[in-house]
Amino acid sequence: MNRSQAPQSGREGFMTIGTSVPRVDSYDKAAGRTKYVDDLCSSRALVAKILHSNVAHAYVKSIDTSEAEKIPGVVGVFTCFDVPEWPFPTAGHPWSTQKDHQDVCDRHLLTRHVRYYGDDVAAVVAVDEVTAIHAVQAIKVEYEVLPFVLDPQEAMKDGAVLLHKKYPHNILAHTRNCHGNYEEAIREPGLVKVEGWYDTPTVQHCHIENAECFAYMENGIITVVASTQIPHIVRRCVAMALGVDWGKVRLIKPYIGGGFGDKQDALYEPLCAWLTTQVGGRPVKLECTREETFANCRVRHAIRYHLISWVKPDGTLVARKAECYSNQGAYASHGHGVNAKGMNSIPQLYPCPNIECDSWTVFTNMQVAGAMRGYGMPQVTFALESHVQDICEKLHLDPMEYHRRALMPVGFTDSFSKNELYSDTFNEVLTVGERAIGFNRKYKLYRNQTGRYRRGVGFAAFWYNTAVWPISLETSSCRMILNQDGSVQLQVGETEIGQGADTAFAQMAADTIGVPLDKVHVVSCQDTAVTPYGTGAYASRQTYAAGMAIRGCAEKFRQKILENAFPYTRMQPYLMDIADGNIIRNTDGRKLMSLGEFATMKLYDRENNEHITCEKSTQLKTNAYSFGCGFAEVEVDTQLCRVKVLKLVNVHDAGRIINPALARAQVQGGMSMGIGYALSEKMLYDPKTGRLLNGNLLDYKLSTPMDHPSLEVHFVENPEPTSAYGTKALGEPPVIPVSPAIRNAILNATGVACMEIPMRPHYLYEKFREAGLIGEE
Amino acid sequence: MYDIGKIYEAHTVEEAVNLRLEHPEAVIIAGGSDVLIKVRSGKLAGADLISIQGVDELRGVHMEKDGTLVIGSLTSFSHITADPLIGSCIRVLGEAADKVGGPQIRAVGTVGGNTCNGVTSADTASTLLAYDAIVELAGGTEDEGRTGGNAENAGGQMARNPGAGGADSQRRIARRLVPLEKFYLGPGRTDVRPGEIQTCLRIPVESYENHYGFYIKFGMRNAMEIATVGCSVNVKLSEDKKYLDDLRIAFGVAGPVPMRAHETEKKFKGAALTAQTVTEIGSSVLSEVHPRDSWRAPKNMRRHLCRTMTQDALCEAVRRAGGMIAGMKADQDGARDFMDITLFPDAGAADGQE
Repeated sequence: MNRSQAPQSGREGFMTIGTSVPRVDSYDKAAGRTKYVDDLCSSRALVAKILHSNVAHAYVKSIDTSEAEKIPGVVGVFTCFDVPEWPFPTAGHPWSTQKDHQDVCDRHLLTRHVRYYGDDVAAVVAVDEVTAIHAVQAIKVEYEVLPFVLDPQEAMKDGAVLLHKKYPHNILAHTRNCHGNYEEAIREPGLVKVEGWYDTPTVQHCHIENAECFAYMENGIITVVASTQIPHIVRRCVAMALGVDWGKVRLIKPYIGGGFGDKQDALYEPLCAWLTTQVGGRPVKLECTREETFANCRVRHAIRYHLISWVKPDGTLVARKAECYSNQGAYASHGHGVNAKGMNSIPQLYPCPNIECDSWTVFTNMQVAGAMRGYGMPQVTFALESHVQDICEKLHLDPMEYHRRALMPVGFTDSFSKNELYSDTFNEVLTVGERAIGFNRKYKLYRNQTGRYRRGVGFAAFWYNTAVWPISLETSSCRMILNQDGSVQLQVGETEIGQGADTAFAQMAADTIGVPLDKVHVVSCQDTAVTPYGTGAYASRQTYAAGMAIRGCAEKFRQKILENAFPYTRMQPYLMDIADGNIIRNTDGRKLMSLGEFATMKLYDRENNEHITCEKSTQLKTNAYSFGCGFAEVEVDTQLCRVKVLKLVNVHDAGRIINPALARAQVQGGMSMGIGYALSEKMLYDPKTGRLLNGNLLDYKLSTPMDHPSLEVHFVENPEPTSAYGTKALGEPPVIPVSPAIRNAILNATGVACMEIPMRPHYLYEKFREAGLIGEE
Repeated sequence: MYDIGKIYEAHTVEEAVNLRLEHPEAVIIAGGSDVLIKVRSGKLAGADLISIQGVDELRGVHMEKDGTLVIGSLTSFSHITADPLIGSCIRVLGEAADKVGGPQIRAVGTVGGNTCNGVTSADTASTLLAYDAIVELAGGTEDEGRTGGNAENAGGQMARNPGAGGADSQRRIARRLVPLEKFYLGPGRTDVRPGEIQTCLRIPVESYENHYGFYIKFGMRNAMEIATVGCSVNVKLSEDKKYLDDLRIAFGVAGPVPMRAHETEKKFKGAALTAQTVTEIGSSVLSEVHPRDSWRAPKNMRRHLCRTMTQDALCEAVRRAGGMIAGMKADQDGARDFMDITLFPDAGAADGQE
């Protein structure tokens, strides 16, 4: 089943799908010619800078802008008292026409109620950046300071300060997932109880290109050019924030330097759009610094888990309880969806007859948590797969054997999503991973070591799904336009954000229409004025959702060409096909005419002219499981409290792989993110002020290539039956298994069970001292 | 966009000194890897700058007749690492310079800037300190140049034929020598006086001859890092390689400025090379280091690192000197990353079957 080493040629009737064709954007990106937001902005644009609060929780009493306005070059100073009164949402979800499913409207362009350290209270528009900074520094704000709370469980307590009046105990949402009877079940005699608290950190996406946009007005239309993953959704958020008709806003998304979910939110596009309306429509650029990207954009939710399992001595799971406390920060953004997704995976991954899961998403005076690669799954998988290892340790069970026994069985169908496990994925990926790292042998060899340097192996399985149905609407649209030379323009609303989506889309279109890859021109830039509606890049839905629209459109497009070819070929449409850019007779394979000849004849036909185009809007009413596992081998220096990752292996069943080279690169990128999440990344906040302490790339310890071992990737390809091209999620999952795999490897090496990530030297120093591995002074 | 006032450019030491005298408030900028960060963060926003980037005579490494190694202050980290004289005489400095930031920083950052910046974490500072480096400064008034105290500090030496590049400027410019340890006045403060610039760092022959050393940088990752603790150890062994004839231990981030563990050095000079000695030296430095508690790392952890890294760096320095430490187990030995220890001969390579 392992095809990762398969020869790089087409298969199963496809010409390009399954082959590692070069990225369609690779040459320009390598040569530095690709244009990003900043390259497109006029050097004459005005520059906006924001005044961020230096308190974590307060009401703004007054703002004195007089000194700032006097500075030469300042065009305008705007405060929280100047902006529209109505609140708006920012989450990158498809809009819901059902009121109770709509995103929470809790943001203002600038706020009078400061809810986190760094909240936006005023903005300056000036002729250049230095002038704008000077003006921001000259603004004087008077605050009525309020108490603040940073921890979700503290924020839930009686008497804790409230962030939003509508939400008692600061609870944005609480949901449950229960079946059977937990309280009854745990009374069974002879059960072993395994309990643990598992903690995950606040981390940031650290996309290379900071959040950035510029806006201007033209003929009454407010145009925003933004580094975003979700142009059509941001257009709606901007219109809602400004209170203008949605059609009055135009959103343009050029190439972007990564997003990882941070840009699956309206960030500063609404404010920038509003500022241009305040300065007569002149272009205004709003560029976050790296520090602002850290402190004022979105972060991954820090979620704390309390897991209790009741198992028989042979490991059979009888009852399980899970409490999930998610730190939402100051505003709702993506809100409870992230925590709920994680919680709901618990009873699916390890089916259990009696289960009680609760999840709370809680407002605190921290910065806002939103979407980030994996959407709650890296958090819950650290907790759950650490916990499963802890069960194995306590009962002296072999973890490999235990996983094979306890994980979701083939044929499992989730009653809510109707997702089904069609193949024996878990056994297949575990076999590949076990062999790649030699787990079974090393796991026994590495136990009970002494000495300073110790090695260990560990692994974790993971659950994921591909798209957002049935939680939200799933839709994608595609447009194809035939050029005179027989080449095709391809447009979709799903965006290229560095992951290689354009290349996969081009491969799909080329193979289904029947043209060579170089005859497909992907229009990479999404412009809401011309791009068909699609919700953008999020979840791991690009090849799945856009794939359906592309296949639907390509088949219709192909049929339209064949029907229109009759006058020139005298052949019935059903006797013809398109192959390698030619119209052929399928009865004998004879080439009748090239697609270019057809396109030219048809477009300039004086009797029957037509411009051959095709458009297809596709709704999805399915979703797809996408599973896999990760293995780690580490060496621990018990004295310097450092972990060296010797080897990482990820094994994914992502269905059919469209482009093996790009798929491998995407997995390696996710594994890299996983290393940082496991060992070094954590946003630190000053408990006295709520201020972010390490909001820069020096003090925030993103892992570097020097911290990476060889990253080994394997695919087990079980094509997804519900998918247009057999694909399912691959974008997010790679990050998920890494931190529990490393954690379990450290446990194997040292006998020390880490209960939080990142397992940085600070934490290991304390744990190793407790375990007596480090002597006192 | 950087908020910079005026920029003055010097091409000779004399021009630089004159600019320093004319614009006492202006800040010296060399590679810019520290100064530009301060301009951007606001600490030096709007500052006037004197660029010495064009003073080519301050670039490069050479050896004087008496064996003194002279390192021009503008020599970049990457050039220090690649320099053959550094490689043969004071290899540890090249290795320490190679641990600074990433390749881009090492291409622009200079050893002079690394010391003049005055921070305790500077990777080259602790290693230079372990080599008893002497700082040469040019400029200042004649009075200051003759100040007896400074000459005394430098062991009574006054440079007779100064200038890193050998070519002195036309006007006679006063030169002053200060031992690196005295050069640090406090966090971020160094003894560069009005009208002065640092011209070179001098390593006397007796500091490096027959000495072997090792530098360990402890950070949270293996690149793009500032030391949580840095430790540089130099040793000179007896002829039979069984005793420590000379021992120098220097730290970064064990106090407000780079520091030496003089008491420990004195106490263990002449000690026999045993596992016991290594352990005792590690414990002994704990009475000299005084790292602080900060959100970057707690004090107790830094102290533990000082002890462990001293032992590790000492072991590796001894190994480089050709010595053996009696009673030391292989897997307790220091600096694992640089040693070839097979923990599990039967585990095979990290790679399994494909």
